[in-house]
Amino acid sequence: MSDERPDPDALLAQLEAEHARAQRGKLKIFFGASPGVGKTYAMLSAARLLVAQGVDLIVGIVETHGRAETVALTQGLEILPRREIEYRGHTLKEFDLDAALVRKPALILMDELAHSNAPGSRHPKRWQDIEELLAAGIDVYTTVNVQHLDSLNDVIGGITGARIWETVPDKVFDSADEVVLVDLPPDELLQRLKEGKVYIPQQAERAMANFFRKGNLLALREISLRRTADRVDDDVLAYRRTQSVTAVWPTQESLLVCIGPGPGGEKLIRNAARVAVQGEVPWHAIYVETPKLQRLPDAERAHVLKMLKLAQDAGAHTAVLSGPDAAQTAIAYAQQHNLGKVMVGRDKRPFWDLGFAYHLGRQAPDLDVIQVARSDVEGRRRSLAQSAPKSAVVVRLPAYAIAFAVVVAVTIVATPLLNLLDLANIVMLFLLAVFFTAVKLGRGPALLSAFLSVAAFDFFFVPPRLSFAVSDVQYLVTFAVMLIVAVITGQLTAGLRFQVTVAESRERRTQALYEMARELSAALTVEQITEITERFVAQGFNARATLMLLDAHEHLVSIGSATAEDAPDIGIAQWAFDHNELAGLSTDTLPAAPILYVPLKAPMRTRGVLALRPLDLPWLPAPEQQRLLDTSATLIAIAIERVHYITVAQDALVHMESERLRNSLLSALSHDLRTPLTVLAGLAESLTLVGPSLPKAQAEIAQAIREEALRTNALVNNLLDMARLETGSVKLRREWQPLEEVIGVALQARANVLAHHAVRVDLPADLPLLEFDAVLMERVFCNLLENAAKYTPAGSRIEISARRDGDRVEIVVADNGPGLPVGKEEALFEKFARGHEESAVSGVGLGLAIVRAIVEVHRGSVRAENRPEGGTRFVILLPVGEPPTVPEEV
Amino acid sequence: MESSVSVVVIEDEPQIRRFLRTALEAEGCAVAEAATAERGLIEAGTRKPDLVILDLGLPDRDGVEVVRDVRTWSAVPILILSARADETDKVAALDAGADDYLTKPFGIAELQARVRALLRRQARSLPGEPIVCFGDVEVDLSLRRVRRAGVEVHLTPIEYRLLAQLITNAGRVLTHQQLLREVWGPGHAEDSHYLRVYMTGLRRKLEANPTLPRYLLTESGVGYRLLLGGS
Repeated sequence: MSDERPDPDALLAQLEAEHARAQRGKLKIFFGASPGVGKTYAMLSAARLLVAQGVDLIVGIVETHGRAETVALTQGLEILPRREIEYRGHTLKEFDLDAALVRKPALILMDELAHSNAPGSRHPKRWQDIEELLAAGIDVYTTVNVQHLDSLNDVIGGITGARIWETVPDKVFDSADEVVLVDLPPDELLQRLKEGKVYIPQQAERAMANFFRKGNLLALREISLRRTADRVDDDVLAYRRTQSVTAVWPTQESLLVCIGPGPGGEKLIRNAARVAVQGEVPWHAIYVETPKLQRLPDAERAHVLKMLKLAQDAGAHTAVLSGPDAAQTAIAYAQQHNLGKVMVGRDKRPFWDLGFAYHLGRQAPDLDVIQVARSDVEGRRRSLAQSAPKSAVVVRLPAYAIAFAVVVAVTIVATPLLNLLDLANIVMLFLLAVFFTAVKLGRGPALLSAFLSVAAFDFFFVPPRLSFAVSDVQYLVTFAVMLIVAVITGQLTAGLRFQVTVAESRERRTQALYEMARELSAALTVEQITEITERFVAQGFNARATLMLLDAHEHLVSIGSATAEDAPDIGIAQWAFDHNELAGLSTDTLPAAPILYVPLKAPMRTRGVLALRPLDLPWLPAPEQQRLLDTSATLIAIAIERVHYITVAQDALVHMESERLRNSLLSALSHDLRTPLTVLAGLAESLTLVGPSLPKAQAEIAQAIREEALRTNALVNNLLDMARLETGSVKLRREWQPLEEVIGVALQARANVLAHHAVRVDLPADLPLLEFDAVLMERVFCNLLENAAKYTPAGSRIEISARRDGDRVEIVVADNGPGLPVGKEEALFEKFARGHEESAVSGVGLGLAIVRAIVEVHRGSVRAENRPEGGTRFVILLPVGEPPTVPEEV
Repeated sequence: MESSVSVVVIEDEPQIRRFLRTALEAEGCAVAEAATAERGLIEAGTRKPDLVILDLGLPDRDGVEVVRDVRTWSAVPILILSARADETDKVAALDAGADDYLTKPFGIAELQARVRALLRRQARSLPGEPIVCFGDVEVDLSLRRVRRAGVEVHLTPIEYRLLAQLITNAGRVLTHQQLLREVWGPGHAEDSHYLRVYMTGLRRKLEANPTLPRYLLTESGVGYRLLLGGS
């Protein structure tokens, strides 16, 4: 069924890739066969056209090499100033990546893709700078010559005799959005060279004699034409993917590269990378460490790891496996990962050694095995590195001494037994010694033991005794058996011991990881996590760890005990954090830094950076260790995230608790204050009802008591409301309703204070419904009306009107009283503000503050102003929102 | 009707009970007091009062529960006293079957007016005369006809149902939920804006000054009430 339907994961990945691509800048490469064909010229010409169209374009870096035509083309383009780097007394002028990212043009010109940056730059290579520019969404034009492509480096080196160390991974070339081949026939190129258009004349002579021979140029031209043709166009690829899903990953075609310890690994990897890219298949690179290979010197093993790193950079999955038999282990891996093709290196070897490829083919006939010749250019180079001293012998000397002693002991013990035992049984004693030595001490001592045993047995026991002569030929069989036993047992035990070592170290790693996971899961504070991380990193990686986490302002800060001189660099850490990638030591970004920065990626977000300072340099982590590091970083990140959410939950709990306390306090207060006021007002009023009616004076006193009680109650209401509104503990019950209704209620509620005022309400019939809390909005109008009644003389007019103004409704409460003191319009809304300080009008000035608070929780605004014709007006603006409709009745 | 009306007051604050008694006796009621819900339910059960005045903030039981309890065996009018500013408590009590409410502090005159209205309602609880008047409006329930100052007013079916509902429960506070359920049916409990729009329409047709209604009154955040023979 998978033949018919696209795999959802693959489609999702494709969607994500498309999204990423949309965000990413586009890369256009001007590709040429050799210097001088006019790549930079072509790039600049294209750029000038775009500038004419108004594209925001700058020159990041262009090497004119003093060529007049090229210089002329840069005229009038915006050129980014270069950054000056001091290096060994020289001032190097390099591309300024940060300035470019800050400037953020639509398109930037970056000449010479293969350039290596001066030490101290952020990335060692220019193509990595370009990656970052693309990631930032900036389009890039660049140039490169065919000889700089990683996979063609060897081939072209072989043709021209000149090796180039500035190379670019093929993936950069292949993932470019567009490649333009700048082609010039060799004759014309040579002509240009003669005319001095490529190099200044004295250089030209030398160049023509070496590199620019016509044969070379023809070959280079052919290779670059072919390479361009090989590069399948992105559109075609995308078309093929969406049209026929079966062709997405034909896994049987997938490739496994087995890297051996010998020379020529680079060539093998480049070849594999090229095949994999052309075939559009994933590929794996593995190294199988057998007992024999484990005894290789450290430099050799480091070289293998470097090869793996190279493969990883070129896009391979990498792994270091261990097993007694390299071929068997490799086959198991290939089967597990469904890899149908195996690529191995082929080199000179003695005739009896059938070679790795032979064993592969014999044990797994269904695998395609491809053999690649290893070039020996590198072999020569590397032989220097190989001369590391073999320290193994020194270490193992005691083992040989023990083997010797055992044989001597057996001889001494056996001599008196000679008369009691047959020679055949005496041999058994020696065999036991050989076996014991093999098991306990390994293959070398076992061999020594075997030879010594044979010698001792021959000399002391086989007649004629005390001579090496042998009278009976059958003892030769005994000697042979002893030797064979020694060799086989030694081999077996050595293999076993290696397996044990490997298993133990794996076990140790798993154990350490398990311990850390357990401790981290129990950690409740960041300090505990820091302590666990530091301890674990010291054990597992022999490095000092510093955790860098976000502070309240989203800045990275070091946590824990970093001293000043080995404190991690905030800049690199920030880069790793922002890009969610490793940075620093032995990575692509600032590899010269002494510290490795690992982003701590948790499920919700990146939580910080783990800074690792290895204690013994150089430090090159094996893939396993890399994986261990990844896993531990994830564990740490999850622990940090968990602690973060614990804190958040605790804060929320405290907040809720204090909210609850405040609410119950407010309602208790409201009850305890209102009850006595109710009693006071009620009792005062009831005085007039009981017994004989009161004398006039006393009835007035009772009335006064009642009014004061009611006023105090109003004050208490205002204070409590303000407290509720300010603490945000008011629950809005917003409902859609006509403004008319709430204004009516307010007028009714304040009918007594408005008794001596003329109130006019003017609301248009088509005013939309508004969404508000009726009780709170009633307070707004009550307070405004009360205010108007209070501050205007009896007989004044109060007008309430409303109108729709776009997406808001403007409500105006106006009077024709004395107006507001000029300049105090805003101050009115402050708490305890009074319009007229010396006024005898009662109140504490909370009314308008409450009005404003209520209007603002309804996302509206309120202002006070003097009317031009005299008097005050309060203007409330409320959002209209989307009123629901009420179905028409039929 | 001296002493023929009996009222049970359930209120935990003795001073409030004292002036309630004064006010009610001035209206000619016989008053029985209870300080707890438990005692109050016994009083209400044994005395068969004409009115129960109930404080929502009782120490031993939630007032809403007391209302529900009383409603299981009696239709006696219940007037709620509430010290709480929160409207949801009142709405809950009204939905449970209480008839009206007063928020503390309240004036004695207002209390007396409410008590009178409830007792009057109680007195003519059975469907009596089909013609109801308020202001210059005359509603003939049997003919489904509404006249204002002698001129027939055309009401839509929903408007009429709403008005009829208010007339049947005149003097009581009807919550939004109760009205929506009765007029629109149980499916419209959330559509309180329907009710508000129709109420506005009804006021425009029946009130002299729709913004300052005298009969079709709004209880903010709670519901509506029709005041017959409005003050």
